[in-house]
Amino acid sequence: MGTLTHLDRLEAESIHILRETVAEAARPVMLYSIGKDSAVMLHLAKKAFYPAPLPFPLLHVDTQWKFRDMYALRDKVAAEPGVELIVHTNPEAAERGINPFDHGPLHTDLWKTQGLRQALDAGGFDAAFGGARRDEEKSRAKERIFSFRTAQHRWDPKRQRPELWSLYNVRTAPGESMRVFPLSNWTELDVWQYILAQGIEVVPLYLAAPRATVERDGLILMIDDDRFRLDDGEVPALRSIRFRTLGCYPLSGGVESEADTIEKVVQEMLLATTSERQGRVIDRDGGDGSMEKKKQEGYF
Amino acid sequence: MARLDSEQDLIASDIGAYLARHRDKKLLRFITCGSVDDGKSTLIGRLLYDTRQIFDDQMASLEADSKRVGTQGKQVDFALLVDGLAAEREQGITIDVAYRFFATQSRKFIVADTPGHEQYTRNMVTGASTADAAVLLVDARKGVLTQTRRHSFLAQLVGVRHVLLAVNKMDLVDHDQDAFDAIVAEYRLVAEATGVGQWSAIPVSGLSGDNVAARSEAMAWYQGPCLLEWLEAVPVDAASEAERPFAMPVQWVNRPNHEFRGFAGQISAGTVRPGDEVRILPSGRKTSVARIVTSDGNLSEAVAGQSVTLTLAQEVDCSRGDVIAAADSPPQAADQFEASLVWFDEEPLVPGRGYWIKLGTQTATATVQPPKYQINVNSLEHLAAPTLELNAIGVAEILCDRDLVFEPYAREGAAPNRVLGGFILIDKSSNATVAAGMLHFALRRASNIHRQHLDVSRETHARLKGQKPAVLWFTGLSGAGKSTIANLVEKKLAARGRHTFLLDGDNVRHGLNKDLGFTEADRIENIRRVGEVARLMADAGLVVLTAFISPFRAEREMVRAMMPPGEFVEIFVDTPLADAEARDTKGLYAKARAGELANFTGIDSPYEAPEAPDIRIDTAAMSADAAAEAIIAALESR
Repeated sequence: MGTLTHLDRLEAESIHILRETVAEAARPVMLYSIGKDSAVMLHLAKKAFYPAPLPFPLLHVDTQWKFRDMYALRDKVAAEPGVELIVHTNPEAAERGINPFDHGPLHTDLWKTQGLRQALDAGGFDAAFGGARRDEEKSRAKERIFSFRTAQHRWDPKRQRPELWSLYNVRTAPGESMRVFPLSNWTELDVWQYILAQGIEVVPLYLAAPRATVERDGLILMIDDDRFRLDDGEVPALRSIRFRTLGCYPLSGGVESEADTIEKVVQEMLLATTSERQGRVIDRDGGDGSMEKKKQEGYF
Repeated sequence: MARLDSEQDLIASDIGAYLARHRDKKLLRFITCGSVDDGKSTLIGRLLYDTRQIFDDQMASLEADSKRVGTQGKQVDFALLVDGLAAEREQGITIDVAYRFFATQSRKFIVADTPGHEQYTRNMVTGASTADAAVLLVDARKGVLTQTRRHSFLAQLVGVRHVLLAVNKMDLVDHDQDAFDAIVAEYRLVAEATGVGQWSAIPVSGLSGDNVAARSEAMAWYQGPCLLEWLEAVPVDAASEAERPFAMPVQWVNRPNHEFRGFAGQISAGTVRPGDEVRILPSGRKTSVARIVTSDGNLSEAVAGQSVTLTLAQEVDCSRGDVIAAADSPPQAADQFEASLVWFDEEPLVPGRGYWIKLGTQTATATVQPPKYQINVNSLEHLAAPTLELNAIGVAEILCDRDLVFEPYAREGAAPNRVLGGFILIDKSSNATVAAGMLHFALRRASNIHRQHLDVSRETHARLKGQKPAVLWFTGLSGAGKSTIANLVEKKLAARGRHTFLLDGDNVRHGLNKDLGFTEADRIENIRRVGEVARLMADAGLVVLTAFISPFRAEREMVRAMMPPGEFVEIFVDTPLADAEARDTKGLYAKARAGELANFTGIDSPYEAPEAPDIRIDTAAMSADAAAEAIIAALESR
C-alpha cells in the first residue's frame, strides 16, 4: 500500500471525528436529511463502528414537503438492521398548516429551524452530526468541525473553540450542545467520487429523467404531488431535469440535464458555470449573509 | 491557463479518465498568513478564480458586491470571495480561520486562511497545526514587518516545515527586481532568527494574477516557479509517517457482543500488519495484532493516517486513551513535562489551577507551573512572566495527575509528532479551549520519586476508628456562617463518638499558609494545601471539616479529585451577599467597600457558587443548629 490519496485521508478524518464524538458525548444523534451528503455520512458511520450497529439514532426533521422519492429512500434506510430512525414534525407548524406556498421564509423557520430545536431538546441530544461542508457557502467556511451551540442552540462565530491538530474539545454544560460536521473538508466532487467508488445509494432525483415541471421566478420546479398550486395560466411541462440539492420540493429548483448516470452528473458539474446552492431558495431569503443569520438562530 | 483548460477538455471528452486521475490525487494543506493589508484574501480569491473554483453566479454577485462595498474601484475585489461573515465584510477584516478548497491536475489543496491581527495569533496557530506548508505574504512596498517575523516564528513553533515568502503587490513597485531582492535579503535574517529552515520567495501580484497560477510576463527576470507550481511540488508531511514505528491511540472500544472486542483508532505513525508484536501503553503489556477489521473485509496492512479497528491476540486491558504501539520501540509515558504553551483565552493562565489536558485520546487533569519565561514573538526575547495572557506564548512545566503516553512534538528534520506531542488545555468550569501546547520532554523527577507503599492502609485506619472517612467541605461567602455551622456539626459528631478535625480558614492562614496572600494564585495554593492536608487526615480515617470561602469552582473540583469517589462532600452555605454584608461580623465588608481590602470575595473578586453541591444550606430559611442537624442527617444516610 502506498501513501493515502486525498479520498482515503478524508474518509479516515471523518471516521476519526465520528468516533471521537461517540467516545466523548453523552447522547449523540445523526441528522439525516436523505440527501447525498447524508448518504455519505451514514456510510462513513457504518464503517466507523463496524461490526457494531450504529451507536446513535438517526433524526429526520420532516417538513412534510420533501420529494416522494426521498421518503421512499428514508423508509428503506430505516428498515435496515441496526438503524434507528426518529422522525420529528413540528406540531405547531402542522396545526397552523404552514406550507411553502403561503408562508415563504416562515415555512423554513417553523418546520426546519424550530422543528430541529424541538427534536434536539426532546431527545436530550448533546451532539448532533450534520452533513454540511465548508465548500458550500461562505459562512460555512469559517465554521468549526465541532460547532458549539448555546442552550438556546445559537451559533456565535466569535465564541467558537479553536481546533488544533485532530484534537476536539467536546465538553458541554447541561443544555449546551455540539453540532458536528464530519464532512467539513469534503468538496462536492469528493462526495460524488466517494459515492461512485463505494456504490452508495442516493435518491434517484440526482439523475436526470423526464419530470412534470413549471418554471417560476427563474427556477424549474417539479410537480411532485397534487398539493402543488399552479398559478393562473401555468401549464406543467415535461422536462428532463435533475436536482443538485434536495429539500422541500416546492423550494428546490432543478436543472435541465440529460445526465442519467453519476459519471455524467459529475461531468456536468465540473463543466458547470453555476454553483451548487444556486437552486436553493432558502439561502437567499433575507438577503446577503442570510445563512450566517439562520445559523445564529439555530439552523444547521 | 493552458493546463487548466486541458483539464476541462479531458472532463468533456473522457470523464472516466478524469475521475481516475482525480481519485489518485494527493492532499496538501497549507496556511496563508500576512498582516491586515498585505492582500491575502485577494491572493486566495485569485487562486480560486484561476483554478476555476468560482462559478458564474458567484462571479456575478462578486461583481455586484465589488461595486457596492469593494475597495478596488471598478475592478473586481477578489477579497470579497473569502471574507465570509457579514461582520467582517462591514469592517473589512477577517476575524477567523476560513478553509478553502481547490485542485489542480496533480493535487488537491485545503487552504487555511488566517488573519494577521495581533489579537488573533490563536487563529494562525490553529491553521498552522494541520499545515504542511505556509505562504507568508509581505507587501512589496512595505517589506518585512514585525508581523512577518511573528508569522515565521509561529510557523516554526508549530512545525510547519516549508515556508514560502510571497512578495505581493509587485505591480505597485513597477515589478522591480531590486525591490524584491532587498526584501528577500531582509527576510533571510528573519528566517535565521526564527529558525525557519526551508524557504523560498516568489514575487507575485494577487490583483493581476502575476506569478500566481502562471509565470509573469511583467517579471521576466524571475526564473523560479509560480505560486501554484511551488504548491504542487512541496513534499507532503503525511507521506513520511508510514516509515516510523507503529503507534495508534485508542479512540473507542468496539464491543458489540461477547465474541468481538476491537480497538478503534487512527494510526498516528507507522504501518501495522496482523501478527505484529505490540505493547499497550502506559501499562506496557505485550501482545500481538490478530486482525485489522473493516466493513470491506480484513486488511493485510494499514498505514499512518488510516482509521482502523484492530483485534488483539490476547485478552489484555486496553481502553480509550491507551496507545497500541510497536513492541520494540514504544513511546514513553510520564506525568510531568516541559512544554511550549500558546494562551487562547481572555482569562489568563492561573498557575496551580487544574485544567483538563487532552493529548491524543487521553484526558487528565493538569496544572501549569508559573512560566519559566514568555517569548516576545516580535523580538524573540525571553521575558519573565508570572502568567500567560491572551495570545501569549511561553514555556512552562506541566504536572498531570496520571501518566500520559507522549512523544516530543518537534523532530529534527522531520514532520512534528502532532498526535502524541500536541495537546490542548480546557477550562474546567467554562469548558473553553484555553491553550494549545507542544511537549518538549518529560521531567526526570517524576520517574525518580516513587510512592512509598504503606503497610497500614487507609482502610485499616478507618476500620480501627469504626467510621467512614469524609471531607465535609463548607464553601460560601465571608460571613455566611461556614465556621459556625461547621463547629456545630463537629460538636454533634464528637458527641456521637466520631473522630473529627476542623480546618478553619483563618486558623490555617496563621500557620501553614501564612506565606500566602489573597491574589488569585495565592488563593488557589491556599486551597491546594488545605486539600492535601484534608486528604492526609482522611487517609488517617478522620472525618475532616473545612471552612474556607473557596470561591472558585475549579479548585473545589481539584480537591474533590484528590479524594476517593464519594468522600468529598461539598456543602454550600448559601447566604445572599446583601445578608452577609449586613451581618458583617468581622467588619471586613465595610473595609472592602472603603477600598482598604483588595480582592475581597463578593466585592471585587467573584464567588462561583456550586452548580450541584452535595448539600445546600439556605441560611435564610434555617437556623445554624437546624443546618447542622440537616448535615448530620444527610451524612448518616450516605
